[in-house]
Amino acid sequence: MLGVKDIKLTFGGITALSGVSFEAHKGEITGIIGPNGAGKTSLFNVISGFYKPDTGVVSYEGRDISPLTPDKRAAAGIARTFQNIALFRGMSVLDNIKLGGHSRLNTGFWSAGFYLGKAQREELALRKDIEEKVIDFLEIDHIRKAPITALPYGLQKRVELARALAMQPKVLLLDEPVAGMNREETGDMARFILDIQEQLGTTILLVEHDMGMVMDICSKVVVLNFGKQIAAGTPAEVQANPDVIAAYLGTAA
Amino acid sequence: MITGNLKSTYAADEQVFDNRNKKLFFAACILFLVGLGLFANDYVILMACRMGLMLIAVVGLNVVVGYTGQMSLGHAAFVAVGAYTTVVFYHLVGPYFPAGIMTILAFAVAIAVSAFVGLIVGLPSLRVKGLYLAVATLAANFIVIFLIEQDLFKPWTGGMVGTDTPTPNLFGWELDTKREMYAMITTMAVLMLLFVQNLLRTRIGRAFIAIRDRDYSAEIMGISLLRYKLLSFAISAGYCGAAGALWAFFFARILPEQFELTLSLQLVAALIVGGMGRTMGPVFGVIIILLVPELIKLGFGGLTGGDASMGKYRAPLQEIAFGLLIIAFLMFEPLGLVAITDRILRAMNRWPFAR
Repeated sequence: MLGVKDIKLTFGGITALSGVSFEAHKGEITGIIGPNGAGKTSLFNVISGFYKPDTGVVSYEGRDISPLTPDKRAAAGIARTFQNIALFRGMSVLDNIKLGGHSRLNTGFWSAGFYLGKAQREELALRKDIEEKVIDFLEIDHIRKAPITALPYGLQKRVELARALAMQPKVLLLDEPVAGMNREETGDMARFILDIQEQLGTTILLVEHDMGMVMDICSKVVVLNFGKQIAAGTPAEVQANPDVIAAYLGTAA
Repeated sequence: MITGNLKSTYAADEQVFDNRNKKLFFAACILFLVGLGLFANDYVILMACRMGLMLIAVVGLNVVVGYTGQMSLGHAAFVAVGAYTTVVFYHLVGPYFPAGIMTILAFAVAIAVSAFVGLIVGLPSLRVKGLYLAVATLAANFIVIFLIEQDLFKPWTGGMVGTDTPTPNLFGWELDTKREMYAMITTMAVLMLLFVQNLLRTRIGRAFIAIRDRDYSAEIMGISLLRYKLLSFAISAGYCGAAGALWAFFFARILPEQFELTLSLQLVAALIVGGMGRTMGPVFGVIIILLVPELIKLGFGGLTGGDASMGKYRAPLQEIAFGLLIIAFLMFEPLGLVAITDRILRAMNRWPFAR
């Protein structure tokens, strides 16, 4: 479904990623883990198109999407959330989520300005769609009119997930969805992610430091360390891999 | 008092005027404008026309500065382009078309040409932000005025000394009085304000705000920065062009010096005083920016008792007061007058439980 092959990314003399290759299978949750600075977010930036890798290809649904700009990749069905929440703070929750529908709409300038015919039909259809498929699904109906700045951190994370879902993505990149959350919020978020996978069949890539959650919900885990891929496989395989244990715990002297 | 909005359909919830108070307020505004046109004296009509012209320009500026978050100090250039395009268009094709439709044609052409110039001026916004963009647009202002003043174009633009402007004519109805022009300017101002409001509740307006709030996140939503930044500049310049065209129709003569940096700064000042990125911001801002100098003039006249020898102090005093006003707003109410009205409305809603 989504694959990266031989990705190498350097910034000046620093190698952020080298030789990263894996395939995320359709409808599965693939976890990407690694210590801080391992290159997990850089990898996401390569997949969503912010960084151009020096070598390697990003393939999506069997074709090479390397030449596409971030907005084209989004329109093709790759959505993502950010590690540090990247919501639009000047807008309400509802408007933020509506932005997820941006590339599905095609209201023209004049139609939008007069708000007649197509623009009106499209906006109302979008609103209905979002209300029924996203806002209900993630249980955020009580805050739909609230400004983003008035929401607690955990809810902001959920709204960001809602905005990504409104894009009706085929692939969803989640960058630390439960970072800084308490146990209960983490549990809620994990359930939402599983619901998305089961009910919508979305392929999910997950960067996360919460090992309990990663091992519980991922069907495959990729481990990065200093930009290199040191292991890939099922959670059980990865947990038993001596390189992974060394990267996380250090080796005995 | 309204304490909540009960809606049973999504359509009702998506309206611009989504409660009774807003509808009443809008109706009252329209009634007031009509009343002004019917009963106000010539001086008030003149002021209202100047406010209407400036309002259209500031609404345009608000699209690019307030909603899309791209700074511009060159919007007077677009007003100039609109005004001069109207005049030049009349010179060039005036003889071939009936006078009754020339006004509408010239208006449309002025908007189109300004929007196109806006596209070009907006190009640097793809690379630079903030102060750097402000300087780039500032340069555009100087270039446009420089071109208008060139002797080469003098046969069309009149050069430094300006040029006479045509009288508008709508299907045989000559708008040769200020009161008739008031009707035209006010109608256009209200319609153009509503047009922007509609844009803002559809994908286009949301894309603008997304770019302002977090541009990389906007890109990940599938918004092309190139396309929407340029569209924003084009819309904004088109509005200023419309203001320019009406300006040319309203005043008997236009001069290049009217469209210099001072006007650009005045537009930005009106937006800051009123409130950026808010619907009513330009309305409040324009009223204050144009009313304060007039009030100073009246007050000064009262204080000096019409002593002619004191006259030379009036203009500098106006400038100083204007500057102080801007500083005061930046210091005490950076969000503009809309922040004050917001607070008042909130207090009214909560009374008597809280203030």
